[in-house]
Amino acid sequence: MKKKNSKSTKKETPALRVDSSSVVLARPESLYDVENHYCAGCGHGIIHRLICEAIDDFGIRERVIAVAPVGCAVIAYDYWNFDVTEAAHGRTPAVATGIKRVRPDNIVFTYQGDGDLAAIGTSEIIHAANRGENITVIFVNNGVYGMTGGQMAPTTLAGQRTATTLNGRSLKREGYPIKILEMLAVLPGTKYAERVSVHSAQEVVRAKRAIKKAFRLQIEGKGFSIVEVLSMCPTYWGMTPIQSADRIKNEVSTFYPLGVIKSC
Amino acid sequence: MCGNEACGEGAILAGCRFYAGYPITPQNELTAYIAKRMNETDGVFIQAESELAAINMVFGASAAGVRAMTSSSSPGISLKQEGISYLAGCELPCVIVNVQRGGPGLGNIGPSQADYFQAVKGGGHGDYKLIVLAPATAQEMMEHTILAFELADKYRNPVFILSDGLLGQMMEPIRMPTVLQKSHDKPWALTGCKGRSPNIIRSLYLGDGVLEAQNKKLQEKFNRMKETEVRAQTFNTKDSDLILVAYGSVARIAKAAMDEARAGGLKVGLIRPVTLWPFPEKIIADACSRTKKFLVVEMSAGQMVEDVKLAVNGRARVDFYGRMGGGVPSEEEILQQIETLMKI
Repeated sequence: MKKKNSKSTKKETPALRVDSSSVVLARPESLYDVENHYCAGCGHGIIHRLICEAIDDFGIRERVIAVAPVGCAVIAYDYWNFDVTEAAHGRTPAVATGIKRVRPDNIVFTYQGDGDLAAIGTSEIIHAANRGENITVIFVNNGVYGMTGGQMAPTTLAGQRTATTLNGRSLKREGYPIKILEMLAVLPGTKYAERVSVHSAQEVVRAKRAIKKAFRLQIEGKGFSIVEVLSMCPTYWGMTPIQSADRIKNEVSTFYPLGVIKSC
Repeated sequence: MCGNEACGEGAILAGCRFYAGYPITPQNELTAYIAKRMNETDGVFIQAESELAAINMVFGASAAGVRAMTSSSSPGISLKQEGISYLAGCELPCVIVNVQRGGPGLGNIGPSQADYFQAVKGGGHGDYKLIVLAPATAQEMMEHTILAFELADKYRNPVFILSDGLLGQMMEPIRMPTVLQKSHDKPWALTGCKGRSPNIIRSLYLGDGVLEAQNKKLQEKFNRMKETEVRAQTFNTKDSDLILVAYGSVARIAKAAMDEARAGGLKVGLIRPVTLWPFPEKIIADACSRTKKFLVVEMSAGQMVEDVKLAVNGRARVDFYGRMGGGVPSEEEILQQIETLMKI
């Protein structure tokens, strides 16, 4: 449970014994107290938590129905304390459409990786956006297929080495990294598209704000909202967590610019 | 009403309030009809961007506890197989209609029964079974659709209706059935976790032996279906020298051939499987004690004939007559086959 204590605004020295009344950052009710299975330095854990915080902030946990992807986050339901269904790889927005159309009062979101959303599921995401489905999409872009062993993703940057592009992604051979948000932004059905990152504390705060906005738009019935979260994959980038965070700052976010792509 | 429209009305009568589909001939009348009726009944109709999306929208609606349906014709049904496997794996009820056309590939838009294997032997990946109903009239297109929704909810499993272009587009008078909808509690459905712990819909089972245990549970369910849901019609099976086996629209032609043969003094019977899975193997096996000749007629190169042979298990002669690629066996063709076999 998240507990806030307005009295403890002054920074206290961290003590071994934590007085629960002074906890300002506690585990959200929407997030189970379980061991994390993600690799060290992976962004999924942070993003899971941000979603849960947003859901708790709105008090909508009991209305939420999530659609989990195929990819590293396939067992997202092991972390989330609300209704969740799996979906076939990439069909996530179609499943969310079916749910939201028959249960418009529920809050429906998909959680998708770059393979799920930007490769096998491009058709589903484009048409869900174009229909203006009143759902929220959290799109985690780390530029590789993590679960299957670090293969090239549609979002892999030029020159980036992966299990299937050993000499680096060649634009001539493998084509260009896809900027999904910019693509979706041209569709009138897309009401909100923002790209954020979780590579620093500052960006995490921004990411939380964007995720909250996306949920708020759905709650208000505004239509299709998507937040792309640039995320680290130290394991398949062959980097330390710190190097991975730096790579997003210096390299990934220069190709995929952070900020609001579309808001209306 | 044509068979496709009858199917659509059956879905509405059964309380189906979600349909997603994609245009393909010869099932288009169903999509158009149900689009209109969903609008009139405050249901949801979505013309999906693909067959893949359509079956997965049905997955979502079913997961949310609503009676849901999709339909297509052969090439589109191939695309839906991924979703069907997930629906079966996640134990989600729904109704899938295949108004079969000629194949393989794009084939043509003539009637066909060449998707029998796909429907009854699995179709998608993994060990699963679907109850497969094979209507033979527009009336049955309606009644079987209503029954399909009941069976789907009863077993938490997709139910398949295997029709064909002939049945789908043929106009016949319909007697509107009175439907007594049973209410099925769906405590597993995703409705938001208010007042309960969260529900999870999944077919992913990691860990040693967990998926095998889940498969055993599913197989027990399929065995219950097998014991309980076999349906077939039999004609003159008590005194026949030859028994025809045919389903769907071909069963009607076969019945006419049987009547003609009987009028000519030939002792011919007919077994019409109504459920193609579970297959009426016991009815066929029992008939072997009296009849030593079977003639299976299909609009395919010979698919159901394999199940007839398994049921007969060498105790009688099993012959096959089939037409393919939109060809429909005529009464005369079947009669000719009967006469030839009776002389052997």
